[in-house]
Amino acid sequence: MDMLRAIDLRFDYTYENEAPQVVLQGVDLAIEKGSFVAVLGHNGCGKSTLAKHFNALLLPTGGQVLVADMDTAHEDNTYPIRRLVGMVLQNPDNQLVSTIVEEDVAFGPENLGLPPAEIRARVDEALAAVDMTAYKDHSPHRLSGGQKQRVAIAGVLAMHPDCLLLDEPTAMLDPQGRREVLDTLCRLNREGMTVVLITHYMEEAALADRVVVMDEGRVVLDGTPRQVFAQGERLATLGLDVPQPTALCAALRQRGVDIPADLLTPEECAEAILALIQK
Amino acid sequence: MMKDITLGQYFPGNSLLHRIDPRMKLVLTLCFIVLVFLPQNWWGLLTVGLFLLLVIGLSRLPLRLMWRSTKPVLFLVLFTSVLNVLYVHEGVTLWKWGFIHITTGGLQSAAFIAIRIVCLILGSSLLTYTTTPTALTDAIERLLSPLKVIKVNPHELAMMMTIALRFIPTLMEETDKIMSAQKARGADMESGGLVQRVKALIPILIPLFVSSFRRAYDLAMAMECRCYQGGVGRTRMKQLRTALRDWLALLVYLAVGVGIVMLNIYFGKTLK
Repeated sequence: MDMLRAIDLRFDYTYENEAPQVVLQGVDLAIEKGSFVAVLGHNGCGKSTLAKHFNALLLPTGGQVLVADMDTAHEDNTYPIRRLVGMVLQNPDNQLVSTIVEEDVAFGPENLGLPPAEIRARVDEALAAVDMTAYKDHSPHRLSGGQKQRVAIAGVLAMHPDCLLLDEPTAMLDPQGRREVLDTLCRLNREGMTVVLITHYMEEAALADRVVVMDEGRVVLDGTPRQVFAQGERLATLGLDVPQPTALCAALRQRGVDIPADLLTPEECAEAILALIQK
Repeated sequence: MMKDITLGQYFPGNSLLHRIDPRMKLVLTLCFIVLVFLPQNWWGLLTVGLFLLLVIGLSRLPLRLMWRSTKPVLFLVLFTSVLNVLYVHEGVTLWKWGFIHITTGGLQSAAFIAIRIVCLILGSSLLTYTTTPTALTDAIERLLSPLKVIKVNPHELAMMMTIALRFIPTLMEETDKIMSAQKARGADMESGGLVQRVKALIPILIPLFVSSFRRAYDLAMAMECRCYQGGVGRTRMKQLRTALRDWLALLVYLAVGVGIVMLNIYFGKTLK
């Protein structure tokens, strides 16, 4: 079953006395349950707008968005959809509500009206899942960026969603914080969570099963990271880079070295080069 | 400099006072304020003072905290005492010089007022020292719930308080950053007269406002994503339960109150 599905999704902002600003112009995208999808694109390509559609924060002006077969345009579906699709935003400071970590994590389940014992169990479970149990009595402003973002993820996990939607969750973090968040996401995905990661970092996209590249409100590339990043020139015209190891391989190929074009990680790249030298 | 500001004044601990239900603690604090204004003679005030010392002892808070909360109001205490000395003309005149007219009655009422104010401050700061800000907002929300009848929504009030508390340190940090950024651009905030200094604040306040609105927008979105629909249908993880000790504490406070009233009747009204 498809977890998320956009069918010819169109969206434009209309202001009075102005021509409508078209943001999405016909996105067709299906995201399978349990997959890890990275969405790439330069600023203003519509990727955040797309994410907001999957959470019923925005409603399509054309086409349809289905979340677990529920139409987002239908008002009765709004809250069931938001419970199923947890959203994490860029700035961790702006999405934590309470002055105590565990009470912040409890915020979502409290809104669902669950019995207190159930909330307690979910909070403990969610904090354990992001490895923040030791900080449950802390105040969020004393935590590092990566820790805050993990608390934000726990806050969403406590609602028992089927899918995590993350809108550039690592953009404001240092390398250490980015690693913490990504490790958490990879682990959750292995445990069966559908993860949709909107990002600017190619190295993060390389971790996904599938990479979707957007440009001018359309999906322009879609495939495994290897397939997508092998098209370095195409990506460059879209204003995107390839991961550094892939770029290195591409540069070597240009000079006539026979090395595969679809290597993603530094380890793979190092092994291929080593093999070439030893040959 | 901004980082030194602590949130609330909570001092962690596990004393009897810390464990009393926050709702009851709020009620007890209100009771204590009444107690402070009840006595009409020195015996009554002595009772209040001793009772306060007992409660401070039970809270197991370091005494320097008590000094810390009294220090900022010392000026007020001094000021009202001096006013009382100058304006209350009763009893035996001790000293007279021009318009200054010091009497035993004046000195007595000055001391009486001073002790009252100090008791008041200490009694109410015990509440914030032994209760976390969240527990306090929670208590306020639940104590005010009868207001629903007159269409005041206590949940929204409490939510606003929680969010304000949550964002105070964040905005402090932001102010620090903006100040550094403006100083790096040559803004001068340390010199000049009052008017100039107030003007120098404008380039700090405007970016702060703009970013607060952006934060508010983000927060609203994050709250919606987490299915927030106001207080309706919402449950709480932490339930407040009053234990026997809470009711016993209330009983003790009431007993002290009754005691003071008896002292008032027995010794009569010797002070105002």
